[in-house]
Amino acid sequence: MIETAERTANRAAARNLSLGILLMVVVGGVGSFLLSRARWWMPPGASAQAADIDRLFTTTLVVTGIAFILVHVLLALFVWQGGRREQAAYFPEHKTLELSYTLVPAAILVTLVSMGAVVWARVHQPAPAGALLVEVRAEQFGWLFRYPGADGTLARVDPTLINARTNPLGIDPADAAAGDDIVTRELHLVTGRPVHIRLRAKDVIHSFYVPAFRVKQDAVPGMTLDVVFTPTRAGAYEIACAELCGVGHYIMRGKITVEAQEAFDRWLATQAPAAP
Amino acid sequence: MAVTHTTHAAHEEHALPWWRRYIFSMDHKVIGIQYLFTSLFMAVIGGFLAMLIRMQLGFPTAKFYWAQWLFPGGFTNNQIKPDFYLAVVTMHGTIMIFFVLTTALSGGFGNFLIPLQIGARDMAFPFLNMLSYWLYPPAIVVLLASFFVTGGAASAGWTAYPPLSALRNAVPGSQMGQTLWLVALAILIIAFLFGSLNYITTILQMRTRGMSLTRLPLTIWGLFVTAVLMLFSFPVLFAAAIMLLFDRTLGTSFFIPSGLVVGNQLVQHQGGNPLLWQHLFWFLGHPEVYVLILPPMGIVSEVMTANARKPIFGYLFMVGSIIAIAFLSFLVWGHHMYVSGMHPLVGAAFMTTTLAIAIPSAVKTFNWLATLWRAKIRFNTAMLFAIGFVSLFVTGGLTGIFLGSPAIDMYFQDTFFVVAHFHFVMASAALFGIFAGTYHWLPKMFGRMMNERLGKIHFWFTFVGIYATFFPMHFAGIAGMMRRIFSTTIYEHLQGLAGVNIFISVAAFLLGLAQLIFIYNLFWSIFRGERAGRNPWQATTLEWEAPSPPPHGNFGPQLPEVHRWPYDYSLPGASQDFVPQTVPVSAVPAPVHGGAEPDGGPAS
Repeated sequence: MIETAERTANRAAARNLSLGILLMVVVGGVGSFLLSRARWWMPPGASAQAADIDRLFTTTLVVTGIAFILVHVLLALFVWQGGRREQAAYFPEHKTLELSYTLVPAAILVTLVSMGAVVWARVHQPAPAGALLVEVRAEQFGWLFRYPGADGTLARVDPTLINARTNPLGIDPADAAAGDDIVTRELHLVTGRPVHIRLRAKDVIHSFYVPAFRVKQDAVPGMTLDVVFTPTRAGAYEIACAELCGVGHYIMRGKITVEAQEAFDRWLATQAPAAP
Repeated sequence: MAVTHTTHAAHEEHALPWWRRYIFSMDHKVIGIQYLFTSLFMAVIGGFLAMLIRMQLGFPTAKFYWAQWLFPGGFTNNQIKPDFYLAVVTMHGTIMIFFVLTTALSGGFGNFLIPLQIGARDMAFPFLNMLSYWLYPPAIVVLLASFFVTGGAASAGWTAYPPLSALRNAVPGSQMGQTLWLVALAILIIAFLFGSLNYITTILQMRTRGMSLTRLPLTIWGLFVTAVLMLFSFPVLFAAAIMLLFDRTLGTSFFIPSGLVVGNQLVQHQGGNPLLWQHLFWFLGHPEVYVLILPPMGIVSEVMTANARKPIFGYLFMVGSIIAIAFLSFLVWGHHMYVSGMHPLVGAAFMTTTLAIAIPSAVKTFNWLATLWRAKIRFNTAMLFAIGFVSLFVTGGLTGIFLGSPAIDMYFQDTFFVVAHFHFVMASAALFGIFAGTYHWLPKMFGRMMNERLGKIHFWFTFVGIYATFFPMHFAGIAGMMRRIFSTTIYEHLQGLAGVNIFISVAAFLLGLAQLIFIYNLFWSIFRGERAGRNPWQATTLEWEAPSPPPHGNFGPQLPEVHRWPYDYSLPGASQDFVPQTVPVSAVPAPVHGGAEPDGGPAS
């Protein structure tokens, strides 16, 4: 009598957990992803590499989604059955089964690694000739940009020359290339033209993150890092700092405008050269 | 020798004053329980800090009068200040990872279970063990004191990346707070190293007769390999912490390059490299997440097999994958640094090792599934948490595949997708391991059962609460929400996330409240719970041979002798559905299989 009550309770617990896993985790998990796709998703890709990265993301999402559903459905099924069985099996090992679920995930992961490596290599191509060279300099809590001007060369900088008002980047006026460098507070780029960014930081680590371009690169003090990408859609975009950099981290926003070459040239002409 | 030790031990217990028995005790069980309760205290603080974070992210414009009253320095106009917010974020991470999960799992369960499960009377070095615990409260005092110094607590994140953490005027928390943070961590690391040395020696040297390595319970395998990980990885963080301390106080330049300008002042350092810290930090930091997940894997295996009444499936593959995970965990740290400025080719190499570590993790998952297949499951609270662990580990593990791929990580690095990932696979899964272990072994610790009704309510609120809290964080991350930001309001691309963040915050508050049920149940059960017998779960491992709670010296005059592997559940031909490790093969024959051989089998 008592044993039967216990057994009924155990069955109910099995049913609840099994349904909990199926409804909350599988249905809820997959359902909320579908809902999220419509409402909270990546901003539409606006660079050449975005398509590659998004495709890789989608492939990974499908593969992991299948694994997620498969494991949870099996878990729910075994839980359900486990609540009603009278006698457990003695089944301590099965080498073939174990080897197969070692090798199958291994094969899938090798495939994902290969696909990932291809995209990663493509993202890190050196800048092509004719790329727009621009320096991006991060500081607490904002971004400054420098275009090389007619000579195509960014002048030497020296941190001891930094003056927040007159020479925020510390450009060395003794450098012959200094005269035509143009320092701006907004980043303007040209639709379809590759960009070669020289990324620097003045004080602490920041991170140059443009969600729409699928670009992120830490800006590390003491290092100058190359970021290469090609914006493909005209419009206004935002730079977000993605590395904790201090109290104003959350307001460290930068503005990007992507426009046609003529509009870009017009804008650049209105910006004054930096050096004294 | 065993006999003399016992008489000595029994004599010792009576002779010792109460403060040597319960406070400055050298008994591994007391030390384990001290570690567990101190961790619980810290979990309350760390959890409360999480609530403050969720208050700000979910309700950025609401006013919290009680919080202003509680933290007059951290709030202004009844709203949290950005610098205090960063201190809260930093301290939440630091406390939860080092002062709660590591201490509860290795310090708590490691101490309590190792001698009991291997059939030893105590640890190899009881004094060192006591010292290990007693370094923990001073570390806590130093850490929490940092809230009260000028500039407040450390605010450079739990990863403490320099130069932010190295330069005093970079962020308010980088004044005295960061120094105290480093000192607290250094003290705690010494405690961990004392513990690890002790565990490794004890497991290698003090196993009882017949307890070969292939007969060790998987909990012990998890704790053993964890101790090895800690011994190899924590000294690196210790060294890094000392170097950063030198940079901060003695003017060295390990991590600070030349030419920095902070607050319009040229920094007088040269020659350092901020990436050096990241390499050193993550060389610990990645093994550390396995320090937090291998013991729960062992605990879950133990709880699952006992309640499935079925041997753990694939014992050797289980042990093999623990070792494989541990080995690989030293080779994957660079996946935290794909966009750090490290060369992209190095990133590609780290991608390979990172995705390789998913293979043994998958093996373990499938082995748990196979253990549950054709089982006769007893759904007690411990088992619910063990099954919940598998779900959380899978959910969190799969998002790791996204982050392991550098091109995808370029988008997701430092977003809430990462926050979701590690809160599933490491934080929540480890927490579920702790809960499963507590419901399972509390009867052994205190001789009382935990209340099952409250336990089940606690499980359901926690399981649903964790999914409701952390699953939507994926969506915030996919939408591009950066972690550690005080407010989402100024960014165009984060405008639609207010609803998601409110949902997450409400779920987090409920999840936090549900833990009060656990705390109530814990204390109620310790004093009022139903009395537990020696072996309430009809389990096979050695700790269930000892009385509940075990006396000083654990076992009677004779240490138990082991004759078989730990998982003979539902053995065909046996009179009951479990055969303890101490039952000789002459009494109940054991089938020969590839895992742990019984006496007379090829491996013994």
